[in-house]
Amino acid sequence: MESVVGRSGLWFVLIILALAAYVGAQDPGFAAHALIIAIVAFGLMITTLAKYDPMAKAQSIFRMPEGPSRYYDDVIRWGVIATVFWGMAGLLAGLVIALQLVFPELNVEPWLNFGRLRPLHTSAVIFAFGGNALLATSFYVVQRTCRTTLAFPGLARFVFWGYQLFIVLAATGYLLGVTQSKEYAEPEWYVDLWLTIVWVAYFVVFVGTIVRRKEPHIYVANWFYLAFIITIAMLHIVNNLSMPVSLLGSRSYSVFAGVQDALTQWWYGHNAVGFFLTAGFLAMMYYFVPKQANRPVYSYRLSIIHFWSLIFLYIWAGPHHLHYTALPDWAQTLGMVFSIMLWMPSWGGMINGLMTLNGAWDKVRTDPVIRMMVLSLAFYGMSTFEGPMMSIKAVNSLSHYTDWTIGHVHSGALGWNGMITFACIYFLVPRLWKRERMYSLRMINWHFWLATLGIVFYAASMWVAGITQGLMWREYDANGYLVNSFIDTVTALKPMYMMRAFGGLLYLAGAAVLTFNVWMTIAGRLREEAPLYQAAYDAEADRPLAPQPAE
Amino acid sequence: MTDYETLRQFADSYGLLAMAIIFVSLCLWPFRPGARDKNHYAAQSILEDNDDGE
Repeated sequence: MESVVGRSGLWFVLIILALAAYVGAQDPGFAAHALIIAIVAFGLMITTLAKYDPMAKAQSIFRMPEGPSRYYDDVIRWGVIATVFWGMAGLLAGLVIALQLVFPELNVEPWLNFGRLRPLHTSAVIFAFGGNALLATSFYVVQRTCRTTLAFPGLARFVFWGYQLFIVLAATGYLLGVTQSKEYAEPEWYVDLWLTIVWVAYFVVFVGTIVRRKEPHIYVANWFYLAFIITIAMLHIVNNLSMPVSLLGSRSYSVFAGVQDALTQWWYGHNAVGFFLTAGFLAMMYYFVPKQANRPVYSYRLSIIHFWSLIFLYIWAGPHHLHYTALPDWAQTLGMVFSIMLWMPSWGGMINGLMTLNGAWDKVRTDPVIRMMVLSLAFYGMSTFEGPMMSIKAVNSLSHYTDWTIGHVHSGALGWNGMITFACIYFLVPRLWKRERMYSLRMINWHFWLATLGIVFYAASMWVAGITQGLMWREYDANGYLVNSFIDTVTALKPMYMMRAFGGLLYLAGAAVLTFNVWMTIAGRLREEAPLYQAAYDAEADRPLAPQPAE
Repeated sequence: MTDYETLRQFADSYGLLAMAIIFVSLCLWPFRPGARDKNHYAAQSILEDNDDGE
């Protein structure tokens, strides 16, 4: 009882502080965020005072199995639900902004215009959807590969819910116009500080679990997860070094200026791709692909070599985002050379994943989850070939600032990150909720084809759009004047933008099928359906071949 | 010599050499004698528990 009073007192102090920040706030965005903190603290105080166990109630709503288990899985179940939820939100935001580019009247000023929804989309899919998938799978994989329960389960719960608070603060901030204008690092200083605390707690839980492992070897997936956690901490802290204008205001200024700020930002930005969307997702690949295929990884040696190559090379590739800018030429060339070298370790990972299926290729036909994994690895291979190619200065002079870049990013994000995450969700849900299988295998097949077709529409239209745009921008006439005005390119690209939005709609439809399938599986239902593949018995054909006389 | 030049000199010489040596040794590490069995064991280790801890 005393601890309940103590804790609710603590929440009460936090409410007072948040309300004081609300009253003294320098700008509306900061005030809104202080109010969100006050509301969250108020909710926590009420639940503490009522001595009511909200988690038990909520866990029964989501039918999480009770009882002793070898591993601590509750936080992972929450992580899977959050992944599905934020995935739908982020993909929907993506579809809306794609439609805004075709139908400008969809820009609802000021909160829902393109400029504010675009960071909402990128952060929702990368940090909310991808981030929750990484949290959930890392906690799942580290326990199983170390054969031990999660260290500090309370801290793990804090990591999960603290990360959700970060997402809510970031997302509401974008809509209210709170941004420090750094791509993929838009949240302002106080949200950055909160994420730093959450991230350090994540590191402590992950390393604590590895330290208490009962398996002598640390499986390679954990290496990738650890590289992801440590590097993201370093990138986040350095890129967000800034000085707030007021302790009660949302505005801050970076400690770096000019081209140094730009280089720091793209050192961050490219390694967010390298370590969040590559190393972290490779960790998922190294556990879930062998598990689903029920075969060991093709080459453990290759996994180690390509791990160290990725770590040593990725960190230098950032300057390729700043070709033909004020950045010194040698730095641009350095970024280009390292990006090209990066091609090999990337393909090392792809080959290792694909070759794991050596001798089990029939599963691509019979198991839609394996097929998703193969497709995601294929897109990983394609986008990590396209990326180094686009980093070559001559190619970049055509592709930079065009929609080709958008197409490239989405072949990686929708193809590689999206598909491997969906495959992991299909792997995890029946196991975490102790169901025999997913509600419907045929729906997984539908999801696969909807998503694949969506990516094809998206990538193909953006290639055409990007190259059209690049060529139109650089077209000179005989007198040395530019032939096209900017609006000419916009008119030319409109059909492509329409096709892109259609591709996004298909991808979102696939994710909606996943959401329904996960929902029904959690509800404990099994769809009665004809098996996806069966070889029908044909008595006529089931006999030895008649001997044929030689001619 | 300015700080920039000092750091630049170090990065171009001993820093680069140290990074290269560390990188090459880490890549050669899985090829050390006796590593084959250990790698084989590590690759198989995740497939031992088929119940996924349920």
